Amino acid sequence: MSQRDVVVTGIGLVSCAGEGVTAHLEAFVADSPKVVDTERFAPYPVHPAPVLVLDGQIPKKSDQRQMEAWQRLGVYAAGLALDSAGVKQDAIFKSAMHLVVACGGGERDTAVDGAILTGLRDAADPGAYLNEHLQNDLRPTLFLAQLSNLLAGNIAIVHGVTGASRTFMGEEASGVDALRNAQSRIASGQIDTMLVGGSYSAERPDVLVVHEMGGYLRKGDFRPVFEREGEGEAGFILGSTAAFLMLEAAETAAARDARIFARLLPVESDRPRRETGSVQRSLTALWGKAGPKPDLVISGATGVEGITTEERGVLDELAPGVPVTALGDLAGHSLEVTAPLGAALAAVLISEGRAREVAITTVGHRRGEGVVRLSALS
Amino acid sequence: MTNSSPRDSQSFRDSHGRPLVAVTGLGIVTSLGQGQADNWAALTAGRSGIHSIARFPTDGLRTRIAGTVDFLDTDPLVAPALSQRFAEEAAEEAIIQSCIGTKGNFPGALFIAVPPVEMEWPQRQSLAQASGQNGDITYSDLQRAASSGRFDSWHDLFIFATVADNIADRFGTKGSPISLSTACSSGATAIQLGVEAIRRGEMQAALCIGTDGSVNPESLIRFSLLSALSTQNDPPEGASKPFSKNRDGFVMGEGAAALVLENAEAARARGARILGYVLGCGEKGDGFHRTRSSPDGAPGIAAIRAALHDAGTGPNLIDTINAHGTSTPENDKMEALGCAAVFGERIRTLPISSNKSMIGHTLTAAGAIEAVISLLTIAHGRIPPTINYVVPDPALSLDVVTKARDARVSRVLSNSFGFGGQNTCLVLGDEPA
Repeated sequence: MSQRDVVVTGIGLVSCAGEGVTAHLEAFVADSPKVVDTERFAPYPVHPAPVLVLDGQIPKKSDQRQMEAWQRLGVYAAGLALDSAGVKQDAIFKSAMHLVVACGGGERDTAVDGAILTGLRDAADPGAYLNEHLQNDLRPTLFLAQLSNLLAGNIAIVHGVTGASRTFMGEEASGVDALRNAQSRIASGQIDTMLVGGSYSAERPDVLVVHEMGGYLRKGDFRPVFEREGEGEAGFILGSTAAFLMLEAAETAAARDARIFARLLPVESDRPRRETGSVQRSLTALWGKAGPKPDLVISGATGVEGITTEERGVLDELAPGVPVTALGDLAGHSLEVTAPLGAALAAVLISEGRAREVAITTVGHRRGEGVVRLSALS
Repeated sequence: MTNSSPRDSQSFRDSHGRPLVAVTGLGIVTSLGQGQADNWAALTAGRSGIHSIARFPTDGLRTRIAGTVDFLDTDPLVAPALSQRFAEEAAEEAIIQSCIGTKGNFPGALFIAVPPVEMEWPQRQSLAQASGQNGDITYSDLQRAASSGRFDSWHDLFIFATVADNIADRFGTKGSPISLSTACSSGATAIQLGVEAIRRGEMQAALCIGTDGSVNPESLIRFSLLSALSTQNDPPEGASKPFSKNRDGFVMGEGAAALVLENAEAARARGARILGYVLGCGEKGDGFHRTRSSPDGAPGIAAIRAALHDAGTGPNLIDTINAHGTSTPENDKMEALGCAAVFGERIRTLPISSNKSMIGHTLTAAGAIEAVISLLTIAHGRIPPTINYVVPDPALSLDVVTKARDARVSRVLSNSFGFGGQNTCLVLGDEPA
């Protein structure tokens, strides 16, 4: 089957580095310390979301209220991407546009949870107590902030992107596969335009519990991802981020005179069973299939022990002498958003002439590897 | 079942020139039982799988019934573990029927609709207890307990990719598995993703699964707080009554279904028995409201039309509709409206039925379960009934099937609609369009 070129024509970025293309370009170039909050969720540092004027992308307060932080970040970034693509005001265009979202979900009301756990301790009938308090104390609309597909649902409601949406879940791999799926749907001619991306809120005590189980969180202060090798140093620092890319067939982008940031080549991903050396073998194989010749590598490395060192080692072999930037140093680790964030950043760097070709690597903290390749148009 | 008349290579393409996608294996688990045979017998007999919930205390709850699958168990009994168990049973049945690959070596990718994963109350309570906190419990206490390392195995239990990962390991599917959600149309989307990947030539086979084992107190209460559930607890089997005038909400159900999809030409070449075809998939988003559909029904109508167009067929060639039919006032009204818009006057005589009257709304799994039942409907030439249709809603002019009806069924439209503006429809058939 003949394949069409797929290009990036819109970018929306939110992270601790700020919002939008310029802020992220500056953060990437600057050698300044990144924003880390070591106090609020101590002993866990987090890279917090920037202060956003939500009204700029989510005009209705009622919409803002019906979402929790992870969804607001995502809807905001999706709006930035539509603005950047110059289609924000084009209702007909947006009503035909499809979405692929990579995200988790499961937002909690931590005060309610804490009160129920406290009450359950001495409850005479714990089952009845739980039922009573969940019924009385849960906000009915919280459910809508827990459902994974409601990020896409909110993008449809707030921005009118209503072609149809599919939500991929599954930590780091889901972000790579969202890009892979969107790229192949456009390349094969199935569809012309897609919005793809995801969002993650690190500022949630409940997700810190999940990742503390298993010991995946770094404690204390920031340290660069590839320098977390000493005893007790390893682990990830979660970051609140959102990234959306508008992908388009090169021919339709040209037809509407769209600004083209970069070309997205076919995305490669896999999930071999994890064992010593499997990351190296998998990344090497995916790299071979993707065939990048990058002048820059953006690594989504987590900082988790073993796999981070393994990734760094294999990148030295695959791209000798090519600078490697850890996305985690810029914005923290944001699971599902890793690949879209890396791809969006790469597209910015290419459009600014700072790179001709960028390879993004992702190695999931538990499973799944990916190689995403973006290049200048010619 | 479809006969195996030889077809020339030209006919392995659909009317849009794409590879035809065949179904060669089916698996199903619902509250009615495990496997095609038990489910089909129960469904055509009009038996209900809805019962009083025994899994957890229901004191004080407005809804105390569900279609839980109680004959399969896990330890701990949590949604992701149950969902995985159901999926494994369904996948095993489908793969055995298809005779594809070798044991533990499925020659294609995995697309699996799974319920969103969250830590559950028994685990929160264990962490709270282990923290030693005697005052007010906060998440800091849970974090401190988590840092002990005693609960490390729960990390994998409560992240989103684990169910798919374990299924991929057990059946040896290829590549990065896709875990997905489109709310109550997720099962149909899993099938759509597989169909598209085969049409694009990325793979010759796909294992598509929808699974849901999330009947637990908080999930039930969440739907209850949105007034989505039936509160007619007595008798349980009478609560789910799609298209009835006195319908008052859906009943949660559990289960899973798996389909082995194959490039039809490849399936024929390996001598596989083709059970039917996924002829078309259609979808359309709705930006009207988080839980309600556009009042004019346009997105649902567009999804049905997209599925018919994708299948290269017209409404006149559909023999029956496997309805989304949740038994909520809103859904059934909008679905009837949408079908009437697409099928015109014919909707009055076109058999329509909702499996949810017997198995409840299996949520993430529903689209896949109902696709399997649609293919069984084609295979047996018998349309399962919509039970509890005692007081028809006069506002809906539908031919609701109330007793299993024998009919030649060549093509079925299967509808799935979900929260968040998700509308996905499938056209399943015995022969290519």
